[in-house]
Amino acid sequence: MTRLNAFVALKDVTHAYGSGDGFPAVEHLSLSIAEGEFAAVVGPSGCGKSTLMKLATGLQFPRAGTILVGGAPVTQPVRIAGMAFQNPTLLPWRTTLENLLLPLEIVEPHRSRLKRERGSYVAKAERLLAQVGLKGQGGKYPWELSGGMQQRASLCRALIHEPRLLLLDEPFGALDAFTREELWCVIRDLHAERRMTVVLVTHDLREATFLADRIFCMSARPGRIVAERVVDFPRPRDLEVTYTKAFIDIVHELRGHIADARKTA
Amino acid sequence: MSAEADTVSAAAEADARAVRDAAARARASQARRLMLAPWLCTIGFFLLWEVFCRVFRVSSYVLPAPSDILDATIAYWWPLLFHSFHTLWMTTAGFILAIVFGLVLGLALGASRFVHAGLYPLLVGFNAIPKVAVVPILVIWFGVGWLPAVLTAFMISFFPIVVNVATGLATIEPEVEDVLRALGARKLDIMLKVGVPRSLPYFFGSLKVAITLAYVGSVIAEYNASRNGIGNLMARASADFNVPLLFAALIALAVLGIMIYAVMAWLERRMTGWAQRSQFAA
Repeated sequence: MTRLNAFVALKDVTHAYGSGDGFPAVEHLSLSIAEGEFAAVVGPSGCGKSTLMKLATGLQFPRAGTILVGGAPVTQPVRIAGMAFQNPTLLPWRTTLENLLLPLEIVEPHRSRLKRERGSYVAKAERLLAQVGLKGQGGKYPWELSGGMQQRASLCRALIHEPRLLLLDEPFGALDAFTREELWCVIRDLHAERRMTVVLVTHDLREATFLADRIFCMSARPGRIVAERVVDFPRPRDLEVTYTKAFIDIVHELRGHIADARKTA
Repeated sequence: MSAEADTVSAAAEADARAVRDAAARARASQARRLMLAPWLCTIGFFLLWEVFCRVFRVSSYVLPAPSDILDATIAYWWPLLFHSFHTLWMTTAGFILAIVFGLVLGLALGASRFVHAGLYPLLVGFNAIPKVAVVPILVIWFGVGWLPAVLTAFMISFFPIVVNVATGLATIEPEVEDVLRALGARKLDIMLKVGVPRSLPYFFGSLKVAITLAYVGSVIAEYNASRNGIGNLMARASADFNVPLLFAALIALAVLGIMIYAVMAWLERRMTGWAQRSQFAA
């Protein structure tokens, strides 16, 4: 499964939380994702998808196996990643724009440049806001924005430092169906423009099929990959593609894998 | 026929307007009633007290009527004012110490599990000690004067600040922490960017509690070990059996207490407006 040009590679990874020999969250997990690829990870709930994200960013280190990101083994938080979660987790005391600038206050080389070149960074943040449909909303506080708008801002925060790896943990899970589809298109366009590697963890099989180049199905806990599916619809994809037979067949096939995974649990 | 319909609809419109106006009036009078409620209740309370004392001819050595207390307040206005300011000063000094110490300790407790586990039982134990029992020790150490009052105010009021600041730090959302750690944020970055601002509403909330406690502390210490302050004035009034003055001092304490509480509440609203957008507490 491991390809040579892998940007993110997990090889035979086992991980358990806690100090003892607790029941592992993931076991013998292997996958590899090429640079610039949009990968989705689907699976039954509690299958260790979030653990996968923590391992890939160096927030947790595995009990066994190796993890490579950008060609180097992960021994500390990777610093080239942006993350967004189901909960937008914007800081309520900062305006939307200030929330966007937060990663730049942390990560080098922006950290030391931010004070001097604040103007250009603010302009960059405003461009990004405009790109996700939040033009001119930077001065508002997060609680003045709707849930969908907060999630857009959260995506911007994950992208502001131009990460080479974007990790999304069910980012659209709490949104209504229409807003969700709008945001699919937002993330599709951002990926098309920037060509960063994306790992999307989701429960939504249509979402995975619409967005991803490659879908990994995970088993129930302890999680490992039970199926890998390449989705080769041409890009840019239109939402109409989700109503085609080929699309529905893939969703169906994925659903079968998940159902099997749940049964054996 | 149509003329009749017009009259009917005009009448209906007038009715609707009347209903709207009545609703607006009702809202306005409700707001007025809410504004007046504290005054009415306070005045009513003192009126009842006055009536009770007169009807049952209660001796002013036991329970002076509000009119007696007012007389005493007028007769002793200068000592009352002077000692009130002294108490206010002691309270503020102890309170400022408590803020500095409480913030530092609260941040340490919130930032390190080891410190939290180690110090928390000690803090709870210390907090459980009645501070009035500590005053004699302070007198032995520092003698009678301003220091016991300031220290008692400090000791009694830092605990809620510590606990609240620590709680604010401990409730950082793990996702925010993940986002920042994945960027290579150090623990100090996370504390300064997220932890401290997050704990501010808790901190300012605790100040309202702490200032009232500090005030109790300084009065207790003044009562036992000072030559100045409202507490000391009360001790002397009580030795002289000047019960109306004793009560006048109590009322002065209450008024001062309301004032410092109001200042803290205003400060809280001012500093952490972002945390108070809910209509619930309004």
